[in-house]
Amino acid sequence: MPIRVENLSYTYNAGQPMEQEALRNVTLTIEDGEFVGLIGHTGSGKSTLVQHFNGLLKPTSGKIYIDGVDIFSKGVSLRSIRQKVGMVFQYPEYQLFGETVFEDVAFGPKNMGVPDAELNDRVDQALALVGLDLSLKERSPFELSGGQKRKVAIAGVLAMQPQTLILDEPTAGLDPKGRDEVLSLVAHLHQREHKTIILVSHSMEDVARLAQRLVVMAHGEIVLEGTPEVVFRQAEYLEAIGLGVPQVTRLLQVLKKQGFAVDPDHYTIEAVEEEIVKLLETM
Amino acid sequence: MAMMKNITIGQYVPGESIVHQLDPRTKILATFLFIALLFLVETFTGYALGALMLFVIVLLSRIPVKFVLRGIRPLMFIIVLTLCLHFFMTEGRVILQIWFLKLTYEGLIRGLMMVSRLILLIIGSSLLTLTTSPILLTDGIESLLKPFRAVGVPAHELAMMMTIALRFIPTLVEETEKIMKAQMARGADFESGNIFHRAKSLIPILIPLFVSAFRRADELAVAMEARGYRGGEGRTRFRVLKFTRRDAAALILVAGLVILVGFCF
Ligand SMILES: Nc1ncnc2c1ncn2[C@@H]1O[C@H](COP(=O)(O)OP(=O)(O)O)[C@@H](O)[C@H]1O
Ligand SMILES: [Mg+2]
Repeated sequence: MPIRVENLSYTYNAGQPMEQEALRNVTLTIEDGEFVGLIGHTGSGKSTLVQHFNGLLKPTSGKIYIDGVDIFSKGVSLRSIRQKVGMVFQYPEYQLFGETVFEDVAFGPKNMGVPDAELNDRVDQALALVGLDLSLKERSPFELSGGQKRKVAIAGVLAMQPQTLILDEPTAGLDPKGRDEVLSLVAHLHQREHKTIILVSHSMEDVARLAQRLVVMAHGEIVLEGTPEVVFRQAEYLEAIGLGVPQVTRLLQVLKKQGFAVDPDHYTIEAVEEEIVKLLETM
Repeated sequence: MAMMKNITIGQYVPGESIVHQLDPRTKILATFLFIALLFLVETFTGYALGALMLFVIVLLSRIPVKFVLRGIRPLMFIIVLTLCLHFFMTEGRVILQIWFLKLTYEGLIRGLMMVSRLILLIIGSSLLTLTTSPILLTDGIESLLKPFRAVGVPAHELAMMMTIALRFIPTLVEETEKIMKAQMARGADFESGNIFHRAKSLIPILIPLFVSAFRRADELAVAMEARGYRGGEGRTRFRVLKFTRRDAAALILVAGLVILVGFCF
């Protein structure tokens, strides 16, 4: 189910004094089973872009194709698109409303027409995926801790069993432990559940570790695209647009500049550690 | 969602024009004078002169005329209703009969008058908010209400409440949109079904909205106390309102025009 956007432009409040151009002529394809990291400074248009992928925003100009079908053409059910392309918003815990965790997680599948008899299984599966105890099902979501609330909200999207999952800054505001849990959940969904993942973030460290392909945005446009190695070679450019490279990559780049024989194309702590150990052994 | 964006009454369009720079008290008083004018005038010439006054002010404010006119759109229904009620419910000389509906000459005149009055009223008052930032507007109201404190009007508290409400309206609108989108991503539908169904579909929006409004109120109260807020007594101001000669001139001009037009037409 590839997602393709062509020449997408979007302007908020078009025709009003507060008009704000958020996307300019964006073309991008997301293939099945890919893990794409979408990065960019705050305000670069990441959230606006991903809200087009499931038809929450209608482009000012340009087209969105899912499975080759223009999603804004006649006869396309946006609801079924939203079932296929799940979307976890930033701070998703702020959208919780159910009296119980069960009711909240079941909201999505219920809207999608899943029969009542199946709902319980769906909810159990989703809660198990995010690592929440099933005993929480009858509790009020408002009594839970911050990290647990976020997991309930993510479960609410997973319960619709989308093939593609978009996560908009899912680790924002979490403590390091919560962050690791969410990131390993995302990795699990990609590797074990074979879902297509689009991870929006402005943290290089988060994205570099997981994504196979990075898409870098600035001022509403895609400015860089490629594997993490390729993208992180442009350290100076990334810094100029308010991003950077992972600290460990930066370390290798500095070492190389000073004449040490290292390969700077590494971006996880483990790989960099290996590279430095190799360097030390030659000295 | 789209509807909320169309409401220009109460919106502020930042700018540097002469109208923007006037003291908010001048603009509030001038608006009241203009409204008084609308109730004094009884002829179309009078309304045309009123419209001309507004037009000059809009030009001076450098806000696009089209944008100002858009403020009428959400009230179109009321305008059309007023027009119809006057057209067909006024007794008098019948000039057109459609089935049992009788359009009278008197009704035609009364309807057009009422609608002119309504439209000028809407544009006049939206000009005030379009050119005055909410903060300055409440400062102005507080300052104008001060003389009435002696008779028990809590001027400062009212102004503070208004400031906070105005400050949070855009936040709440934004938040509503976000929550709506998040629930739509989960297949929620706010547009189809009967009234009962639709009311029920609002629950997933209203609950998160209330939860966050209460949280915000709490945080705001704590933040205000942390900065030593204890009401209006003895409080000094960062923005001091200044009534300049230009304000006096503007006010005298408006008052003069209102008296002239109001009592001659
Ligand atoms: N609801 C909105 N109304 C008006 N402007 C918006 C809205 N949402 C975002 N914008 C503007 O669009 C631009 C892109 O924002 P966004 O897509 O949220 O960026 P990011 O997710 O990369 O931080 C920004 O300039 C932002 O101010
Ligand atoms: Mg964002």
